[in-house]
Amino acid sequence: MTAVLPERPARPIGGRLVDQFEYGLDAPICLTWELTYACNLACVHCLSSSGRRDPRELSTAEAEAVIDELQRMQVFYVNVGGGEPTVRPDFWHLLDYAIGHDVGVKFSTNGIKLDKDRAEQLARTDYVDVQISLDGATAEVNDRVRGTGSFATAVRALENLAEAGMRDVKVSVVVTRENAGQLDEFKALTDRYGAQLRITRFRPSGRGADVWDRLHPTQAQQRELYAWLLANGEQVLTGDSFFHLSALGEALPGLNLCGAGRVVCLIDPVGDVYACPFAIHENFLAGNVRDEGGFQRVWQSSELFADLRSPQTGGACTKCAHFDACRGGCMAAKFFTGLPLDGPDPECVQGYGETALAARDKELATPRSSVDHSHTGPVRGRPTLLGIPAIPAKLCDESPLAGADLG
Amino acid sequence: MPTTAVAFDPSLPWQKARSVALRPEPFGALVYHFGNRKLSFLKSRTLVAVVEALAEHPTADATLTACGVPEAQRGTYVKALADLARSNMIEARTSLPPATRRLAADACRQADQPEDS
Repeated sequence: MTAVLPERPARPIGGRLVDQFEYGLDAPICLTWELTYACNLACVHCLSSSGRRDPRELSTAEAEAVIDELQRMQVFYVNVGGGEPTVRPDFWHLLDYAIGHDVGVKFSTNGIKLDKDRAEQLARTDYVDVQISLDGATAEVNDRVRGTGSFATAVRALENLAEAGMRDVKVSVVVTRENAGQLDEFKALTDRYGAQLRITRFRPSGRGADVWDRLHPTQAQQRELYAWLLANGEQVLTGDSFFHLSALGEALPGLNLCGAGRVVCLIDPVGDVYACPFAIHENFLAGNVRDEGGFQRVWQSSELFADLRSPQTGGACTKCAHFDACRGGCMAAKFFTGLPLDGPDPECVQGYGETALAARDKELATPRSSVDHSHTGPVRGRPTLLGIPAIPAKLCDESPLAGADLG
Repeated sequence: MPTTAVAFDPSLPWQKARSVALRPEPFGALVYHFGNRKLSFLKSRTLVAVVEALAEHPTADATLTACGVPEAQRGTYVKALADLARSNMIEARTSLPPATRRLAADACRQADQPEDS
């Protein structure tokens, strides 16, 4: 049987951790679990194209079974997201269930459900981390991409958490062209609430693909970001997501490696397991937690993950002097911009990404995910980045006589 | 450097911190501290065995000997243990060491067995 399988390189003994991680781990270090596709917002750059709940989402019992499995596999904490995870009616139950089973929870939220009572409940709970999403240090910048009122909601949640004495709250920012100049303001804002700043890279995933051209940071902004991270990196979390910037010189702190399927993966709301939260696409679908053998079988035995667990040996990037620093960058960023996975990242700081983007075959459409739960009807406070939607403010505005002075 | 850092003395008794869990990995183990939520890695299986066996021996030095750490690598192992002490992954043990006859290298030999999977 084994003779017909393609030969895979064997794991080296000893050496650097980063080299070991390329061959994968027995269980993920950083597991993202999106509990629902339902969301009260309609952010223009949503990585999972969330909005509407999927009727096939895991039941409470199925979610508990996943937690049991994570405990057995010694996955010590999960990053819970969505959608907006707190709109799931059993969210608070699942939170307690996970903590009670040695699976710590760090959850991302837009803050919609974090009133004073919930803030106090969280402050009393050990082993939970809260991450409030904010994509502008001012309402003006934030609400353009996340929706009118979303800045106020997030700040209210931060106030409630600070008042309740919740410690180590994180403010999670996706760095875009519009907020890249606000890093110091973000730092000041998080300091004001005794919180910690977490900034991550914007990827062309989900609806992010629709706005990537206008929102991804410019080359100049990336260089500024790199300098800012070198100066402030110790106090700021990044999810190690900016490793492509390491090719500018000094390596950034953290794991400079694409962890997809190696140390990272995603369980989506319907139980599908993808290589990474930014790779919701059938090409990166490894299996489903409902399959026989559950999550453990998918993580340890899926063909896709086995393929991802080997060092990159070919492709243009391996010949680059900076390959050891950036390792070719982000798989999802390449895939969703239509670039080959063994070539440069679209935001390659040495400029090879721009060349590769320009050389793309214009006839070929970039890959798109078929998983889309975006709202189809009107959403209160819809983001205005893409223009004001053509919904009349008042029905009578459509009347040919509206506004006419008939006096 | 924080003033709370624990100085590591290999001639004293140590143990894996009570709020720390080890998860076996092909290259060694992942170390997780449930209290401060810090994550670390043990980069060799022998080091995993040493950390697991610390509580079974009167001193850290004795643990290294029992686990068969070669003289030439002792310094590396002591440094690794000192790093683990600094990050509170191992802690000084105040309880009396177990009886000498229980001191067999079994704690190590067991840890070297392949994990059930």
